[in-house]
Amino acid sequence: MPEPMDKPAAPATADGWEPKIVAFFCNWCTYLAADLAGTSRMKYAPNTRVIRVMCSGRVDPQFVLEALAHGADGVLIGGCHPGDCHYQSGNYKALRRFRLLKRILLAFGIEDERIRLEWISAAEADKLRDVVNEMVAQVKALGPARLGIPPEDWAVGLEEEADEEVEGVTV
Amino acid sequence: MSADTNGQPRIGVYVCHCGTNIAATVDVEAVADYAAGLPGVTVSKTYKYMCSDPGQELIKEDILANQLDRVIVAACSPSLHEATFRRATAAGGINPYYFHMVSIRELDSWVHTDVAEATAKAKDLIRAAVHRVRFHKPLERARVNVNPAVMVVGGGIAGIHAALTLANAGKKVYLVEREPSIGGHMAQFDKTFPTLDCAACILTPKMTEVGQHPNITLWTMAEVDKVDGYVGNYQVTVRHKPRFIIEEACVGCMECIEVCVFRRGKTPDEFNLGLSMRKPVYIPFPQAVPQVVVIDQDACIEFRTGRCKKTCVEVCAERNAIDFTQTETFDTVEVGAIVVATGFKTFDPKRTPSYGYGVYPNVYTAMEIERLVNASGPTEGHVTLRDGRTPQTVGIVHCIGSRDVNTNEYCSRVCCMYSLKLAHLVKEKTGAEIYNFYIDIRAPGKGMEEFYNRVAEEGVHFIRGKVADVYPEAGNTGRVILQAEDTLLGRVRKIPVDMVVLATGLEAQADADEVRRTFNITCGGGGFFMERHPKLAPVSTFTDGIFLAGCCQGPKDIPDTVAQAGAAAAEALALVDKGFVEMEPNTAYVVTEECSGCKTCIPLCPYTAISRVDGKAYINPVLCKGCGTCVAACPSGSIRQNLFEDEEIYEEILGVLANA
Repeated sequence: MPEPMDKPAAPATADGWEPKIVAFFCNWCTYLAADLAGTSRMKYAPNTRVIRVMCSGRVDPQFVLEALAHGADGVLIGGCHPGDCHYQSGNYKALRRFRLLKRILLAFGIEDERIRLEWISAAEADKLRDVVNEMVAQVKALGPARLGIPPEDWAVGLEEEADEEVEGVTV
Repeated sequence: MSADTNGQPRIGVYVCHCGTNIAATVDVEAVADYAAGLPGVTVSKTYKYMCSDPGQELIKEDILANQLDRVIVAACSPSLHEATFRRATAAGGINPYYFHMVSIRELDSWVHTDVAEATAKAKDLIRAAVHRVRFHKPLERARVNVNPAVMVVGGGIAGIHAALTLANAGKKVYLVEREPSIGGHMAQFDKTFPTLDCAACILTPKMTEVGQHPNITLWTMAEVDKVDGYVGNYQVTVRHKPRFIIEEACVGCMECIEVCVFRRGKTPDEFNLGLSMRKPVYIPFPQAVPQVVVIDQDACIEFRTGRCKKTCVEVCAERNAIDFTQTETFDTVEVGAIVVATGFKTFDPKRTPSYGYGVYPNVYTAMEIERLVNASGPTEGHVTLRDGRTPQTVGIVHCIGSRDVNTNEYCSRVCCMYSLKLAHLVKEKTGAEIYNFYIDIRAPGKGMEEFYNRVAEEGVHFIRGKVADVYPEAGNTGRVILQAEDTLLGRVRKIPVDMVVLATGLEAQADADEVRRTFNITCGGGGFFMERHPKLAPVSTFTDGIFLAGCCQGPKDIPDTVAQAGAAAAEALALVDKGFVEMEPNTAYVVTEECSGCKTCIPLCPYTAISRVDGKAYINPVLCKGCGTCVAACPSGSIRQNLFEDEEIYEEILGVLANA
């Protein structure tokens, strides 16, 4: 199969906003896929910031919440394929936690595409590239997550909205 | 934090140029300047090659001159040089685990093109490391003794060579082979390219040596069922399939085969690829090691009806080597290292029906021709068609199942050369006109191009073109026509031939995926096992103590296989001969005061490393492999993981996002 064209880095949007995606990659599969993408000189969007963990099972759901709370626009978790976990079953545990976390986040209005769990083996550099590119494009389409805005800024927005709504009505 | 720095860390940041590998895409000077302004950073420098001796010396000197107590190197992947820089950090007199590595090459400069974006990313990643290292603690590596025995899985030429090398070094070796004899594919070959020495003549002495070596325990008809443990201390469970012969009692006289109630063989002989028939009791091939017969349960009358005269048992008499009651048995052995040499399978040409394999009787695979030209093969070395005639014209079609987007994209490396060898042998034996249909002739390596020239000079024809169709010649001649576009002449050629030889490529074993899981190793492209590094760790895997040899890692010829098997044996020897191994200290531990004793963690651990002691969780550091899944699950946060502490990861999250 001919390799798909390497996508150039996504162009910045009009206001210069670029999504920032925190990625937790397991040491044995997805991190190595990222290494392989490097040695193969594949090109993908520069929006991910990888944090290496030994196993996707180490990813505490709170890591994801913490990343969102501090301004991440998306979180990508990468682990070994089912059955291939270096630690036998850590990826299954990651999957279970991910499913629960996703329910909570959806209930909070955090879009599905912002949080992603992918099985990427050490040999699947092309999958890594495609997943990152796709996720960056999706998150870009969604716009900023705006969860990292300090409480005082939220209050400012609320006041303005309140003014609009009550226009012509004495409060 | 060390006391003499008033609790403030003193961090040294080193940004590597890696020649232009990093510096061409990341503005390393800007990154180092930026890092210099981050809190706690005392020294921030760039250097052309941090991994070089002067680069490492730089770290050491700075630690001493500036009382650094944390070191960050932003360079290549930690899988390459983390150990190097930990040593350099230790050389400066501080604990090596005060070091942290940031990948700005594989994760940044090599995968991005925009300098501004790549530079911004490098800054973010280094900032995360600066946040993180403040929480690093001094750690010690635990020493674990290594079992000096080694297991070699697969008894082809790779496994044989690896086993002999290890055994000759005085190590105990368990050689596990699933077939009834060792020898693998090489035992089936007639001659070997490019020297044309006889495969059996060079292989059988090694096979015999394996069978007789005091340090080798040879288990044929055996497969690895389960691998437990860790580097230096693997417990391997081996499943022995029943042979229905007591190996120790059988002397290989083969009288049982003579007297078997089957007068003639009725079962296709696996060793001759079904070109001959064998009896239910048989020896795979004359030079088999061990020289012990085997009974095929599916073919034997006794198993099928229970009413056989059992002439075999009669003739075996007081030796009493035949045992119809044998069942599967299991053995568990302890080894320090494992060499995986499970080999390959040849491509099944039925997957490319246009070549007519299985449709036209005289379309053969190359392996079948290997058996036909072999003096101990089904025709005693006479190359004949299915009806017994000698072929006058033979077409050899290259690249079947190789270099083809519909099957396998890779080049199988050996087919060009074995096609030339078969062309030579068939021409020598039959005087037939031989046509090679090739895409490119790939003859790299010692003596290979010379061999190609020799075969060409012998009058073998070469047609540069991929065969598009194979169809019968009109008029019931029994011949088939090979149609191909000769790309050198620019016209379509239609060549009638008596015999077609399909140069089938090499593929990963059908069960490579299960084997990979058993040994906890990775498959790369095409299902071949993945080496730790394609250039610098070609026989190691990502699982310490598991090494690769031969075609299970990728297609290769016999010289390369033997060289690689020697390398795998040397790596295994280096591990087991040292006697101990140092374990990465990334284990989990419980802060007992904070543990509520809820037991959430206990069932999560795949290694049963967690137990309940005095109402609290306790993690056995020897059993813990450091995945951290219990850490993520602990509701009270009382399980921590060395090198991956919660604080360290939270700080990394904060660090990468500080500019968001």
